[in-house]
This record gives sequence, C-alpha cells and structure tokens, in this order.
Amino acid sequence: MTPYIGTAISRIDGHAKVTGGAKYAAEFNVPGLVHAFVVVSAITKGSIARIDASEALRVEGVVDVLTHENRPRMADTDDAYKDDVAPDGTPYRPLYDSKIMFSGQPVALVLAEEWEIARFAASLVHVKYEQEAHLTDLYCQREVAFALPEPAKPRGDAAKAFAAADVRHQGEYYVPIEHHNPMELYASTVTWDGGGKLTVYDKTQGVQNVQRYVCSIFGMKPDDVRVMSPYVGGAFGSGLRPQYQVVLAVLAARALERPVRLVLTRQQMYSLGYRPAMIQRIELGASAGGTLDTVTHEAITVTSQYEDFFRNETTWSGLLYRSANAKYTHKLTRLDLPTSCDMRGPSATTGVYALESAMDELAVALRLDPLELRLRCYSDRDQNNGDLPFSSKNLLECYRQGAEIFGWAKRNREPRSMRDGSELVGWGMATGVWEALQVPITVRIVLTANGHAEVACATSDIGTGTYTIMAQVAADALGLPLDNISIKLGDSTLPQSPVEGGSWIAASVSNGIVTTCNAIREELLVLAKNLPGSPLANATRDEVTLLDGRLVNRRDASRALSIAEVMRVSGVDRIAQEKSTSFANDGKHAHNTHSALFAEVKIDEQLGVIRVTRVVSAVAAGRILNPKTAHSQVMGGVVWGIGVALHEETLIDHRFGRVMNANIAEYHIPVNADIQDIKVIFVEEQDNIVNRLGVKGLGEIGLVGVAAAIANAIYHATGKRVRDLPITIDKLQR
Amino acid sequence: MNSFQYSRASDVADAVRQMGADPTAKFIAGGTNLLDLMKEDVERPTLLIDITRLPLRSVEATPGGGVRIGALVPNSDLSYHPLIEQRYPVVSSAIRAGASQQLRNMATTGGNLLQRTRCAYFYDAVTPCNKRVPGSGCSAINGINRGHAILGMSDSCIATHPSDMCVALAALDATVHVAGPNGERAIDLADFHRLPGDTPERDTNLDRDEIITAIELPARGFAKNYTYLKIRDRLSYAFALVSVAVGLEMDGDTIRQARLALGGVAHKPWRDSEVEAALNGQVASPETFERAADLLLRPAKGFAHNTFKIDLARRAAVRALTQAANGTPQSQSSKKIV
Repeated sequence: MTPYIGTAISRIDGHAKVTGGAKYAAEFNVPGLVHAFVVVSAITKGSIARIDASEALRVEGVVDVLTHENRPRMADTDDAYKDDVAPDGTPYRPLYDSKIMFSGQPVALVLAEEWEIARFAASLVHVKYEQEAHLTDLYCQREVAFALPEPAKPRGDAAKAFAAADVRHQGEYYVPIEHHNPMELYASTVTWDGGGKLTVYDKTQGVQNVQRYVCSIFGMKPDDVRVMSPYVGGAFGSGLRPQYQVVLAVLAARALERPVRLVLTRQQMYSLGYRPAMIQRIELGASAGGTLDTVTHEAITVTSQYEDFFRNETTWSGLLYRSANAKYTHKLTRLDLPTSCDMRGPSATTGVYALESAMDELAVALRLDPLELRLRCYSDRDQNNGDLPFSSKNLLECYRQGAEIFGWAKRNREPRSMRDGSELVGWGMATGVWEALQVPITVRIVLTANGHAEVACATSDIGTGTYTIMAQVAADALGLPLDNISIKLGDSTLPQSPVEGGSWIAASVSNGIVTTCNAIREELLVLAKNLPGSPLANATRDEVTLLDGRLVNRRDASRALSIAEVMRVSGVDRIAQEKSTSFANDGKHAHNTHSALFAEVKIDEQLGVIRVTRVVSAVAAGRILNPKTAHSQVMGGVVWGIGVALHEETLIDHRFGRVMNANIAEYHIPVNADIQDIKVIFVEEQDNIVNRLGVKGLGEIGLVGVAAAIANAIYHATGKRVRDLPITIDKLQR
Repeated sequence: MNSFQYSRASDVADAVRQMGADPTAKFIAGGTNLLDLMKEDVERPTLLIDITRLPLRSVEATPGGGVRIGALVPNSDLSYHPLIEQRYPVVSSAIRAGASQQLRNMATTGGNLLQRTRCAYFYDAVTPCNKRVPGSGCSAINGINRGHAILGMSDSCIATHPSDMCVALAALDATVHVAGPNGERAIDLADFHRLPGDTPERDTNLDRDEIITAIELPARGFAKNYTYLKIRDRLSYAFALVSVAVGLEMDGDTIRQARLALGGVAHKPWRDSEVEAALNGQVASPETFERAADLLLRPAKGFAHNTFKIDLARRAAVRALTQAANGTPQSQSSKKIV
C-alpha cells in the first residue's frame, strides 16, 4: 500500500464544502431562534451619555435591546476576560460599561424575531455621547512610543560596527494597518439547551479557548458550555482570540433563555483586531566583500489603550543572516483603536519585509547580485539563541532550485535594464523564515472491529486542510484505507488542543495521532499475542506494524493477523485510546522553516501600472504531508503577499478615528486578474530532530518574504525604491 | 436599513404616477448600488417601486443609423449585444472594465447612469457630507481624498462619478430619454450629470418624478479607432483612478473628428469641446496628443492625496489617444496596457 503521507490527496471535506453540506457558525438553525444586530459607536473615545431604545423597542418583532445599563450580570475582573492568548493589559469587555475606547465599539444589541427587523430597529437606537479627543495616527505618536523589553540579547556593538563598516545601508520602512478579511463573517449561534446549558457554534480558531472564556465571563460550569466550530471560512489570526460577538450572543441567550444568532457585518469586522501599523528602521553594515558585520532593527508598532499586543518583528534580522553584531529595539504606541492582533505570518510578514528590502538595498550599494549577497551572509546557526544549529535548514536548496526555475541567472543587475515592449521588467528576490512550532495536544482514536477508526481532537480546520492531513496520518499509522477514517474536530468536548495558529497544528496533531495510534497498536498486539497459536506470540511491540488492515511482524511479513480477526476472536468490538503528546525541545537545535522567493513584475513605463507576472516560491519545511493542500497553502500565501505588496491598507481618517474603507470593495486584496504565474516548490528537507514525523508547519511561511521580493522587483524595474506599503501607482510617481 | 414598502409598476406611466405620489419613494431595478446605500442608512426610501417588469429591455437600431437601448437592458447583455459590439465597441469595452461579471449581470443601463459616488464619506452616515446631508460639510476636502475629483469640483463636494459606461456614452454624444408627469423629454448625456456646485446632493438633472426609459446612441460609433483605458489600484474590480474613452475618425494619419472623455476625475464624465476641436484636423502624433492632454488637464486641481491623478490623467489621455489612433484598443481581459 502506498503511504497516504506525502501523497497529493484532495480534501476529504471538499465535497461537503462545495455542496453546502459543511455548516458554518451562522448556518445552524434551531426553532425559535432570536436574531441579534449590533449597534456600534459613532465616536472613537469618550462615553455613552444616554441610550434611547424606545423607538426600536416599539418595532413589531423586537424582543429586547440590551445595553450596558440593562444587560445581565457579567464578570467584573480583568482575569475573567483574559483568553488563552490575550496580551498583557485590561481586556475589552463587550457591553460592559459606558466607556468608549474605539470607533465601532458595540454599544447596544438589538434582539428580534427576524434578522431584518433587528437590523432595522438597530437604526432606531439613539445614542448620545460625551466625546473626548482621540488619537489614531502612529506618525503623530511615534515620539511618545514606549520601549518594550529587549526583544533578544544584543551581540557585539552594533553602533560601533555600523560606523566602521565598509558599506552601509539604513532605511525606514512602513507597513499600514491591515485587516484579515476572511470570507466568512464573524458569527455565533447559541442554542439554549435547557438547564442553563448552551451550545455555541462560533467562528473561531480555538473552540476550547472560547469555551473557557465564555465560562469565565458568565460564571458557567465547563460542562454547561459546548463550543463547536466544525468549519471555519478563513480567519488568518483574527479568530485566535474570542471576538465580541460570542460574548454578546451568549449574553443575549442567557437574558432571553432562547437561542440567539449574531452575525457581524463586514463593516463591523473592521472593529475587531488588525495587523498593527508599524515603522521599522534597519541599519546594515557590511564588509566590501559582502558579508554582514552588523544589523540593527528597530520597530514601532501600534496597539490599543488597554492591551499591549506586539510580536517580535526585529529578531528575524539577526536570525536569518550571519552577523557578529546585532541590536533590536521595539517600541509600542497606544492609540484609540481596538487591540491589534496576529495576522498571517505575524511579525515575519512585516519584519522580514523590512529586512529583505534593506538587504536588497545593501546589495545595490555593494554592486552585488542580491542572491549572491544572501549566500555570502548565509547562517547555519541561530545566533539569537546560543548559536544553535538548526534541526534542518535546506534554504540553500531553496535558493538553488528557485533561482534555476525562475531563470535568475539571466538577470541584468542594473535597474531599468530589462523591458518587454512598453513595460519595464523587474526581477526581485527575498528570503522567508518562520518558526517550526509545536504544541502539546491530545488525540483520541476509537478503532472498531469493522476496520473503521474515528480520530478526535479539539483542534480547528481553518481552511488549511487539517481534516485531510489528520486522516492521512491516521490511515498510515493504523494501516487502514483513508475512507475508513473519520475525523472529529472543532468541538470543545473533544480532547485538548490549543488554538490553531502559528503554523503549529499540522506538526502537533500529526505526531499526536501517531502517539495514539501506537497505543492502539500495542493494545492490539496484547490481544493478538493471547490468541491461540498466534503467529505474533513472540513479537515485541517495536517489531509490529499496522499495514493493509493487518498487524504484521516487520521482520517476517508472513507472521501477521488481520485486525478484524484479532478483535473478533478476542471479543473486543472497539479499542479506544486517548494520548497526549508534548514536544520536548532538546535545547540543542533551532526549529525553523525557510523559503526563497523570486518575483517578476512588469510595469507600464508611461502609466506605472504594476503587474506581478511570475512568482516562484521554494519552500523548505520538513516533510510535506500532502503536496496538494501544501501547494494550495503556499500559493495562497503568495497571493496574500501580492496583496501586502500592492493592495492592502486600512485607511483611517484620524479626525474621526474611523476606518473609511471598511468593505472589500474599497479595502483591496488581489483579484484573479492580479494573479498570474505562481510556482511552488517544496525542496527535500529530512528532519529527524524536530519531531518523529519530521513535519514542520506551512501556515505562515508561504507569505513571509513575498512582499519584499515584489518590492525589490519593482525597484529593479523602475530604479525607484518605495519604502511604504502598499506600493501603489501614485508612489511610483513621487 | 429602514423598513419600506414595495410595489410593482405596471407600466411607465404607472411608475411615474407612483413616484409622484410618494416623495420618499425610489425606483429599484438591479439594485446593485441602492441596496448597499440602504444597508448603510444613506438612502432611506419608504417605498421601493420595482420597475424590472417594464418593457424597457430591447436594443434596437433606429432609422437614423443609431441605436436605442432600453433602460432595463442589463449591463452585461448590452456589452455583448452584436449591435453594440459592432458599432459601438467603446461602450462594450467600458462596461467590461467596470464592476464584476455578477454586478454587470444585475445592473441596468438606466441604473448605471444613476449610481452614486463611492466617496467613503458619503457612505459613512456618521461623517459630515454635503451630498448626503446638505450643509453638513465636505469631509473629503481635508480628508482621505486619493480617489477624488481633480476637475469641476466645488467647495461643497469633490466626489467623482463612478461609472465606466457613462464615460463611453459621454464620448459618443448619447441622449437620455426620460418620461415624467408632463410627458417625455430627451436630455443630452453631457447635460445629464451635474457638477456639484453648491447643490452636490443633486447628481443629475433628472427630476425626482421622472424615469429613464432609454439611451440613444447616434450613428457615429467610432468603431475603427476607439479605446477605453482604465487605470485603477488593482487590475479588476476597482473604481477608476482615471479612465479615458476615446473615439477618433481618421483620414489616413489625420484626425477628422475626435472624442475624448475622462472618468474618475469629476462629478460627471469629463469632456472638453475645446480640446476635441484642437485635435480635429491634426496629424495623429505624440506631440498632438501631448498638447491635447495638457490642454485637457490645464484646469485640474489636486488635493492632499490625489494630485498624482493630474499627471496620471494626462499620461492616460495620451496613451488612449495613441491606442485609438493605432486601432489597438485596450483589451479588458488581458491586463497588459497596449
């Protein structure tokens, strides 16, 4: 039997998704459902002076209007509102009091028998505010940003080395606020199960995180709240923390003792988390020979007034390239906005964009091919972290294969030197890096005598293919056909899983499945040994494997028993095992994934219209569980990278503190016309250290580096360096 | 969104009568813009009069060599109609440059004329906007105005008209046929949309109780030498930063008759008869086109974020004139600019 791991299998949930069989949070219908609509704040900072809901309440079909004044009791401590992945600070409490901390903050919840009635009545809720002056502009606040603890230990003396370097580059790079814009709207359907019990269908990347959060805010017992999220229509980090709609939906269900559904509008989703805007400054000093002497990376990022969210943009710089001197600084600015949060490759998408743009500029200053510069600065150690070697790092092969397929050797180094008719042609490259993280996880498997197995874990499939890879790994480890495996996930009552994020679930859950399958196999072996005349009577547990529905002695395949027979004869109709897996770091290796990106742009010389005509992404990320879903994931990362480079920007009018492009007509992401030839390559990377299967994650690496490769290609085409994203047509004219 | 009544108009006269009877009624056809505005509480009609069953869905050749297009012809049908593709390809091209296929399937010809600006402040019922609430002020003048007008604006409003199709119709000297309580009348497309002046709340010269019944195109279609060039922030599904419709009648290298209209730059499709007159009789050359484009953009004025549009419009006009003169119109499917 060909192993399923490593085979390009179509998604096992694909049929359900394209036929509408897969249900999302807003699609669970129950009788007597109450529909909720949120009224949001028109001001950015201040307080609610008065809410008049009388007109709304008079509308036929309106059940109630909840505000901070009449809502049922909620917890009153910060700790109660801290979810598993909350940053430091005082978490936001929806509908808690009269204080307004950001534009679009919910101020009332209209509950009605029909959604249209709720929406109409919401327009009749009149709110009077006491307004205070607000600040939403990073540039106005950069001077008062406060320093965070050092992101990583500095090495050497970066300032001195910079002053002494043969060739220097310094530059400031800006990334705007971006919003996740998953296709699926944020939604929660709460069913009232009697006896005060609730089932919450929620759009989230972590059902157990939401379950604990809801229990803690409403003082409910764990057994009284079940959170389900079997399918997620994208989230991209915005679903790591519970969002306010789940609090409001539960609040309303408890108030009315009825089932409630709340779906946010697209516009309202622009008042959830976002990728923080940031100013980054990079200093690179190199020898004339093109090796790095020093790197300094400073970042100023934004968060809310009430929580300090940040990720380490800066430390990627001292990790990716060999440099004796390195220094990192990170400052935070508090603005009158919601708390920023993780978004698609948090910190690396932005930090590596700045670094890889700066490296391109250094290559220009050195008159060196940018790929050659990367090779001369190559690091096979994590200098930020005790100079540890990597568990595996096949970045050199990414560079080699990527460059070959792209045709990089034919590049003329001079800007504006390549053209195609009326278009300037630019070729740019960049490196990508991410962490190969893994988290403790528990998997339960129930094997039945008919040769079927159910694999259960509370993780989510946020659209990445988790259902499919879980089934592949289980099928291989149990020696069963893929069709005999069923997967249960996205249910808080299932065995423990952290939120799905950070690219850590594929590695964690796949190894977790192997752990549990091993326990199943051992239990089968015990049964098999006890059978009369068993051919496996003397087999040790390491000698047997599960293959083609049989328990087989590896050393002698003729010594085998069918699983079904072992169970039947033993009088066992099911074998259930639930095992936890944790990942001990040996402390001797750094775990990372890497990529090399090559991009071609064509830019109309007269008009400045930019087309990304080719991208090659060569990825080294350990063993690839499913080349098809992996390809989709990395290709999606490239598409998002084109968006980061050319399109994405949340526009805030700082006079009002309001997002002015809060819809996906005006908040641009790439459309099909913007996407041309994308080639994805996975280079061989055998890793016997990172974990048993040698699997690393792919969730973020596809995006990291893409924006820089495109920005560098645009420079190569035009000779113009744009250091603030997105690179739009007006910026090329400046 | 407000609560509203719904009624169906049985014929054009009935539609006009119903509209006259309710000062807060609105006609609805494709609804591709009106429904959005209602969801945002920008439009709050108390009655929607459904006109989709009116017999205004035909595209017919007129005895004078032109074409008469029913107001309810969907944008996509119009774009692919043989008469339009053969005689007025600039209209086909402009329609395909706009929106998405799904929106074009729903949107009607008459509705396209009446779509409202996509100025973000107009859509955000919380911020001041003279177009939405007369006298409340213009937030865009000192706000985010990257997409806003560079021509024909006023101190009250710097919004742009979002249509692509109308830019082509303007270049072709189309006529808008309307019906009202006092019978029918015809309005030149050039006079149909208004500049904002101090009444930006009025987009058009259509009276409140009038209904568009048809658009008529004259015989001259510029089918040989034309183009529609649209410059935007992504390669599809985005409003124009600048767009240019051009129709030329050439006699060898000499321009006999020129039409040039800009989109995305003003409160209406922008034409300048002086510029067109200056092109007539000239030899098509880069110099000729540069001069015309300079003249066209001479009155332009930028704001904090949109000054780039002046030069962009100038370059786009030169390019579009070149495309038209060469007989190499811009493709709306290949995104490479020819």
